[in-house]
Amino acid sequence: MDIELRGITKRFGPVTANEDVNLSIRSGEVLGLLGENGAGKSTLMNVLCGLYSPTDGEILIDGVPATFDGPGDAIRAGIGMVHQHFMLVPVFTVTENVVLGVERTGRFDHLDLATARAQVHAINDQYGLHVDPDALVENLPVGVQQRVEIIKVLFRSADVLILDEPTAVLTPQEVDDFFQIIKALRDAGKALVFITHKLNEILEIADRISVIRNGRIVGEGLPKDLTRPQLAEMMVGRPVSFDVVKKPFAPGGTLLETRDLTVLRDTDEIAIDHLNLTVRSGEIVGIAGVQGNGQSALIEVLTGLRRATEGQVMFDGQDITRTSVRERHRLGIAHIPEDRQTVGLIKNFTVAENMVLDTYYDARFSRGPRVDWAQVNKVSAGFVRDFDIRTPSVFQAAGHLSGGNQQKLVVARELSRETKLLIAGQPTRGLDVGSIEYIHKRLIAARDEGDGVLIVSSELDEIMALSDRILVMFKGRIVAEYDANAGPVDKSAIGLAMAGAAA
Amino acid sequence: MTDTSMNDLMKAKMIGRSEIEDLIIVPLFAIVAALILGALTMLATNVDLATIGLSYVALLKGSVGSLSAISETLTAAAPLILAGLGLALGFRAGLFNIGAEGQVLMGGMAAVITGFTFTDLPAAILMPMSLLAGALVGALYASIAGWLRVATGAHEVISTIMLNLIAYRLLDYMLRLPFIQKEGRADPISKSVPDAAELPRLLAFIDPNLRVHAGIFLVLVAVAVVYWLLFRSKLGFEFRASGENPQAARYAGMRSGLIIVLAMASAGALAGLAGANQVLGVLGRATPGFSAGIGFDAIAVALLGRSHPIGVLFAGLLFGALEAGGRQMQVDAGVSIDLIGIIQALIIVFIAAPLLVRAVFPWGFRKGSRQTEGGQ
Repeated sequence: MDIELRGITKRFGPVTANEDVNLSIRSGEVLGLLGENGAGKSTLMNVLCGLYSPTDGEILIDGVPATFDGPGDAIRAGIGMVHQHFMLVPVFTVTENVVLGVERTGRFDHLDLATARAQVHAINDQYGLHVDPDALVENLPVGVQQRVEIIKVLFRSADVLILDEPTAVLTPQEVDDFFQIIKALRDAGKALVFITHKLNEILEIADRISVIRNGRIVGEGLPKDLTRPQLAEMMVGRPVSFDVVKKPFAPGGTLLETRDLTVLRDTDEIAIDHLNLTVRSGEIVGIAGVQGNGQSALIEVLTGLRRATEGQVMFDGQDITRTSVRERHRLGIAHIPEDRQTVGLIKNFTVAENMVLDTYYDARFSRGPRVDWAQVNKVSAGFVRDFDIRTPSVFQAAGHLSGGNQQKLVVARELSRETKLLIAGQPTRGLDVGSIEYIHKRLIAARDEGDGVLIVSSELDEIMALSDRILVMFKGRIVAEYDANAGPVDKSAIGLAMAGAAA
Repeated sequence: MTDTSMNDLMKAKMIGRSEIEDLIIVPLFAIVAALILGALTMLATNVDLATIGLSYVALLKGSVGSLSAISETLTAAAPLILAGLGLALGFRAGLFNIGAEGQVLMGGMAAVITGFTFTDLPAAILMPMSLLAGALVGALYASIAGWLRVATGAHEVISTIMLNLIAYRLLDYMLRLPFIQKEGRADPISKSVPDAAELPRLLAFIDPNLRVHAGIFLVLVAVAVVYWLLFRSKLGFEFRASGENPQAARYAGMRSGLIIVLAMASAGALAGLAGANQVLGVLGRATPGFSAGIGFDAIAVALLGRSHPIGVLFAGLLFGALEAGGRQMQVDAGVSIDLIGIIQALIIVFIAAPLLVRAVFPWGFRKGSRQTEGGQ
């Protein structure tokens, strides 16, 4: 089944989300739709799957114009969407989830699960999905839950599958498996639309690529003719540098030092086991490791959010093991938290309020018991400009900003005060290329100005690009250390250390 | 970027259509819907149409129809607004304080005891001192629940409900203590406070029966102070941050434990003030259950007012009007005052279910304004 989008325009009041979009989706092919957050990818796909009706333009299915009055019409036409956020009932089995909404019932409303189960089996076998039809969804890993979503779409006899940012929730291993499934579906003659902002993935899996920016298609081509920088430039609208430019390495004195630091989790398991590390001013130390090896606990104990059971944390020659979060802020420790959505900012607060979330008490922003909001708004507007945060005003709720702009807000807040040490957890997770480039620049600028920077990230590429020194964490200990300024670091060696080979 | 764009960034957002719908149209329709359902309730219980009409006329007359009606409305509204402000403050800080009733009782009791103990003091000292005692004891009583939450994790809903029960019985017990019970009385009733401790009646020069008293100035001051506290002060910023997202507040270095105790104490101070306002402005003494459910009605007032001081002010005035008008309804039309309780509860149900209001009154709302628009 082939689909043509012709001149699709979608407006919401004065806002134009898509303008004159032409796109062709062909069976047996993976179309990669590349675009930054907010570029209009999702709106376009919501038009295609019947959630929105286009303001202008038409959809042709095998050459015949089609109109959808709702998602039901699109599903009947054979178009199915796998959403970024799964829509599954956790306490139901796989089969129950798959039939939900299209259950076949017999006499006295008897639910015919046996037939459905057989069908799920058949779909499983056909595409190599390996999903147990009887497993409870809540017990399945995220990658398998995603396959359940795919089965749901296939069960409804979809010939066109739209995958909205499917890899955002997957680990690298799961991404590999997922790509195998996509290939199996393609080879079976399905048409697939793969929506993403990740350049590597689109080059790997797509047969054709369309790039969308500000609601328009700005470029099209075949993966073999396109390079990462070309794609990035189309997507962002200007050249993007992947090479990190740093000043020569000139570390100063020791800024942060932990001595035999031991930290327990809430469950009393050991999260950090007699850990020693140092961060000097003017250097970026990257901590690599598979998630769950104590990185989060390390950040918490360094920022004062979690108590150390044993050992010491020294900062600038001072013992801060028992110092409060606020006092550490005052001493010059900035913290970009791992999860900006839940702990980095308050979604219902305005941009200005979030901008002073940990500095409102400072003499710059307060007079006695009063917060000087006029001053806060003025300074925030300056930060919004300096850090290129896209928001109509400082009174906009932070929750309405895109992920990249939310992270810029957090970075602006943390870097705009007097800092000596910057601790960043997963600073670019879930961000688009333009924002990643920007955040990296800011982190390096902090280092070049003489701050110590400690980055914890599960993206090994990021760690390798930024760090002067790379530490590998495994089971609460530092198991390997690499000096990035001494020569190229062997990526596979780090990978092995992350898996515990050096322990 | 130029200075103009800096100014654009700082231009406050115009209040949009959806805010107006949310803050004004929904409550307005909720009131209308509640009144209609109230009428249907009367109809279903064999009240004839003429009486129903008469009773709603009486409701209007008794609440705003005369100077005396307005005086009664204000008198009834004052404690509701005070306690409602306290609850709103707690809600903003993420605390669901059910304990205003107990705090009203303890605060009122403290005000009475202070009033009749220091009878020699002049009014300029005794009256403020009694009010202060009420606020202070209310604050202390509420902080017990705050402290329990911080120290042990006990949820404030449970502990404040229990503290209400304790307050009721403690009041009954204290009213029989020799130094509190009125001399020569066998029933539990406290000594009366001297005139110097009372909140003076404002319109006594027109008619001594007009009960509106100086407590309404207290209310206006409290509205302004709570507004300032919530939206202008550092402490209020901490309250709101902890209420919206306690984890983010902790990451920002705010001390959650201290904030919880302070928020409970502030809420209790306002509820205690409501109690003091009742005994010093209306009753002149303490009797069993003198709070008359103010602390519970205030929860509704705070919810109706969307936990905003100005909203609480108007919600309190509405509930005061319903109470004053309800009495008139009973007198003129013989309809039980319980109906007013039903109408009050229905208003809250409709406020809590804005979609229901939209469904019943579709013409008041811009079509499709609930739909998420402009998503990418």
